Amino acid sequence: MAKQSNEPVLWALFSAGGVMAAFVIPVHLFLLGLAFPLGWISAPSYEHLLALVRLPITRLYLFVLCFLALFHWAHRFRYTLYDGLQIKHLNELIFFCCYGGAIFGTALAGYLLWNFR
Amino acid sequence: MSDARPTTRYTEYHPRWYRPRVSTWWWLARWPYLKFILREISSVFVAWFVVVLLLQIRALSRGPEAYAAFERWLQNPLIVLLNLITLFFVVFHAITWFNLAPSAMAIRLRGKRVPDLVIVGTNYAAWAAVSVVVAWFLVRS
Repeated sequence: MAKQSNEPVLWALFSAGGVMAAFVIPVHLFLLGLAFPLGWISAPSYEHLLALVRLPITRLYLFVLCFLALFHWAHRFRYTLYDGLQIKHLNELIFFCCYGGAIFGTALAGYLLWNFR
Repeated sequence: MSDARPTTRYTEYHPRWYRPRVSTWWWLARWPYLKFILREISSVFVAWFVVVLLLQIRALSRGPEAYAAFERWLQNPLIVLLNLITLFFVVFHAITWFNLAPSAMAIRLRGKRVPDLVIVGTNYAAWAAVSVVVAWFLVRS
């Protein structure tokens, strides 16, 4: 069972991630996943994106986006499994996998962005 | 679900807890339940977006060839379909999130509560503004 004291922090991360995801992910996904590949809007050049991601402020933004979105996912997905499928007996495993996944993804984002040449 | 611990005692007046077993598929029974689960599942697509974003950052750091391969991967019909479904879910998340905003933050101005419609409207306006700013940075010919 999760310790009660963790819950407010995890919920705050979920909430902050929810705000972040709601505001910026739809436009990012529409452009990156549909408009650019399908040629509706001409895709930005490699050089433009490289210059953009080389800016520290962009990398900070991308890191915060990944971090909060992943913890948002972890919290919501954990309760989806918990309430939706009622697999309460696997509570510890679900907790470990969800937040473990979020921590792993955040670390990966940090590694990629910190070492971005 | 049976509880292993004997937390309930058998008494004369309170013979036994009545706990009907809820079906695993309870959320298919009504539209509001299904909407709740769809909203919860939207989180999986939020995570998928992060995966795509990290792949893009990795491809960018590896050079123009790697980035061209990443762009070709994005054109794979299956990935396009997955991203279309993802867009549906992230927009669903955004709409349900903004519509709940008045319940999450009750703002008071001069002792009066700001009407829900104003809070929701402000959120949608901010969403539009943020989207334009993000697009302005990314869309360059």
